[in-house]
Amino acid sequence: MQSNQAAGKSIAKEPTGRIEIDFERCKACELCVFACPKGCIEIGAKINRQGYAAAFFARPEDCTGCAICAETCPDVCIEVWR
Amino acid sequence: MKEKGKGGFGKNVYRRPESLVDVKTHFCPGCHHGIAHKILAETIDRFCLREKTVGVACVGCSVFLYDYIDVDVAEAPHGRAPAVATGVKRAQPDRFVFTYQGDGDLAAIGTSEVIHAANRGENITVIFVNNTTYGMTGGQMAPTTMLGQKTSTSPYGRDFRKDGYPIKMAELLATLEGTAYSARVATSTPAQIRKAKEAVRKAFDMQIKEMGFSIVEFLSTCPTNWGMKPIDAQKRVLGEMSEYFPLGVYKERKQADFL
Repeated sequence: MQSNQAAGKSIAKEPTGRIEIDFERCKACELCVFACPKGCIEIGAKINRQGYAAAFFARPEDCTGCAICAETCPDVCIEVWR
Repeated sequence: MKEKGKGGFGKNVYRRPESLVDVKTHFCPGCHHGIAHKILAETIDRFCLREKTVGVACVGCSVFLYDYIDVDVAEAPHGRAPAVATGVKRAQPDRFVFTYQGDGDLAAIGTSEVIHAANRGENITVIFVNNTTYGMTGGQMAPTTMLGQKTSTSPYGRDFRKDGYPIKMAELLATLEGTAYSARVATSTPAQIRKAKEAVRKAFDMQIKEMGFSIVEFLSTCPTNWGMKPIDAQKRVLGEMSEYFPLGVYKERKQADFL
């Protein structure tokens, strides 16, 4: 954020959306990780009950609520608010 | 922060479609069957058809449709979903009838059923999920398997001299007079998913307007049996598969003419 301020760019933008990933339902296929245009989603280290390292919402501050991740998710475990 | 919604965001822009039952699916990670189910459930919700829909599922990974979609589902013998759907639709013409079939089902054992259902112009909708292999039984070669693709029954790759060429069902069925709508879609990018939704909407619309037989072919992935990561499988659909199976609408009837 400091480098942004130094370069004269906009500071600390408010996120315009929020997603919630169902931890138990996720199968860690990584489709949402590659689909998110802002790179907000990452594969986590915690293993869920199905045995997959579920994805988590890593950078909430960049989310725009475009719902592309939710449309790509084959297991429908992402819910989006805007 | 506002109290409403999650973290101040009040408008829920995406959630699980109402017709999709809230259970975990048996599909492998990254399988596009989940996306096809989701599109189907969204379209059923959009047309408010949940209470008067009868689905017909066959054998294959599509078999547990009755567990995942909250409509009445009849289970057909392997490949015979269009025949069963014909019976359902003729007995109860006010019901909305769709079948959900894979490529080992529709393009191999059930080819004659789907061709004759289309030729009779039965007023049903067929959702055909093509992943170029028999997914549930361990990845054997299907009629839609690509040339050179290694499967458990073609370990040196499919050879056209022995096994022929991959069959293009969407084009084949578009040549029949009874078919009202025939399209091939993919679900590998967000743009393709939206086009797929539109195609399914049109196919449903054809049945509601009693135009005749409608089919939507989905190019799907099978990461487990292809031996790929889900993201690489998506790239295969976008590259190799889309070249051989071109996406697009092959037939769209404008008005009910019945010749």
